[in-house]
Amino acid sequence: MVQNIINVRNLSKSFDISSKEPGLNGTIKHFFRRQTKSLKVIKDISFEIKEGEIVGFLGANGAGKTTILKMLCGLIYPSEGSIIVSDHSPFRRKEKFLKQITLIMGQKQQLIWDLPPIESFYLNASIYDVDKFEAKRRIKKLSEMLEIDDELFIPVRKLSLGQRMKSELLAALIHEPNILFLDEPTLGLDINAQRNLRKFLQKYNKETNATICLTSHYMKDITSLCKRVICVQEGSISYDGELDILLKKLSPVKEILIVCRSEDDAKKLENSGFAVKNKIKNEITLKIENNSITSSLKTILNNFDIEDLFINEPPVDEIIGRVLIKKDYDI
Amino acid sequence: MISNLFNRKIFTLLKVQYSNMLEYRVEIALWAISGIIPFFMLNIWTNNNLNESINISDVMLSRYFLCAFFVRQFSVVWVVFSFEEDSLMGKVSPYLIQPLNPFFRYFAQHLAEQITRFPFALIIAFFFFIFNPESIWIPNLGILFLALVSTFLSFLIQFLIQSIVACLCFWTERASSIERLLFIPTLFLSGLLAPVVSFPAYIKSWIYLTPFPYLIDFPANLLSGNETNISGGLSMQILWIFLLFPLFKKIWSEGTKKYTAMGS
Repeated sequence: MVQNIINVRNLSKSFDISSKEPGLNGTIKHFFRRQTKSLKVIKDISFEIKEGEIVGFLGANGAGKTTILKMLCGLIYPSEGSIIVSDHSPFRRKEKFLKQITLIMGQKQQLIWDLPPIESFYLNASIYDVDKFEAKRRIKKLSEMLEIDDELFIPVRKLSLGQRMKSELLAALIHEPNILFLDEPTLGLDINAQRNLRKFLQKYNKETNATICLTSHYMKDITSLCKRVICVQEGSISYDGELDILLKKLSPVKEILIVCRSEDDAKKLENSGFAVKNKIKNEITLKIENNSITSSLKTILNNFDIEDLFINEPPVDEIIGRVLIKKDYDI
Repeated sequence: MISNLFNRKIFTLLKVQYSNMLEYRVEIALWAISGIIPFFMLNIWTNNNLNESINISDVMLSRYFLCAFFVRQFSVVWVVFSFEEDSLMGKVSPYLIQPLNPFFRYFAQHLAEQITRFPFALIIAFFFFIFNPESIWIPNLGILFLALVSTFLSFLIQFLIQSIVACLCFWTERASSIERLLFIPTLFLSGLLAPVVSFPAYIKSWIYLTPFPYLIDFPANLLSGNETNISGGLSMQILWIFLLFPLFKKIWSEGTKKYTAMGS
């Protein structure tokens, strides 16, 4: 049986935020009497993640996804509740725990800007007590997987964003962590670089059985990597489960475009009781519930003269977008 | 465990930071040149015969200010500014989840810069001796060693003081403004502008209770051969390190609980 590697119970996080009214008056007031209020950004959430799972955290900007990742890796201190990651309390930042995890934040770099990435790799290797021979082997293996052999000796400042991101990834994986926290890892990358990064993460997960927690606004990252998603809305979890089930729940109907032989056939079909989205000449678009697709298609094919038909899946971005925009969306 | 830390982590950090510093050699040369305040002060002191009031000869005074220049070169600290910038930009975040306290990075950065600026400091000393040939002297090896130790201890004290102030970033964000408050007593009481011996007796007795005279005045007097209490000075330096280190550890552990990972 696969063990839970992450256990989160009743986790909350509040930040003290100071607010200031606009204008000179507000500035003077703010100078003499600062008004701060406590803002609860994570509200009593609980979840578990199994070893080897890839879980996507979905949510609008400011929903709390990154704050959750920061607490899971021990970067920030939780206000309430408990987090256990690989039998450790992350915030204690025990060496044994830190050697098992890594955090990658898109656009944030840990590589030394003026030196070639290879220097940062060896530095990280020594920080994580990886001996030089082993570090060399890992750098070779990871650079081959990431296809950045030639860039290792060029100063970081001269690398492209994609090459830099791959180097960041290599630096973050040199100690072979078994839990990866990735916050927008493909941010700013072109389509090819995004695809390569996703392929690499899939391969890394398959080869090492590493657990991956990922946030991304690119739905392709989520759909191609994560079977399970956790939707975060205003600091609370609104859905935790399989992505496929979420998509079915959010999009219970499919749109079917039917091209009839004649306009008369299209008219007959329009009046046959199916939900019609629109009709243009001999083309008619019907909305049919997922669970009755087969029977409805049988009826249509047996009773009407059909030239062609297309089943349209609504784009995942659009479906998920509905969850992110509408605050009280019932999932 | 400790030897492993120093053998591998610190050595690699130093090596990498030294390579990084070499990328900025012109900047470091300019930094070395910008530290010539003691030579201006020497000029003011000798031109106004101020040294007569404290019974120090011209030669000993010029040696004192040359040594003050050297001690300053190898004990100057700017960790509060680096940490503040990294903290505000979110660069500290990846370092915080590595199994090495981020301050070791800054520590190595400072040491690497000191190694890089050493040849530039020697060139400046060479020119100083050309213009002041009567000041040339060779300190004995024992004194040289003790002066090196004392300069390193001075660096440690300043590094700890600034690290404590830097940790205030977790509360105030702009901790460097607090450091600026400390700059004034450091400038006047450390011996950079005038040897502490020149202060009135009642002020001196108070100054010696602070860490400031052990930052420049004590190591510079030691190296230049001026009269100084070696064991007393070294003991005070060690005492200050023992007082400041637990304070740094406490403020660090409390501060990281406040960290909000801004900018990341």
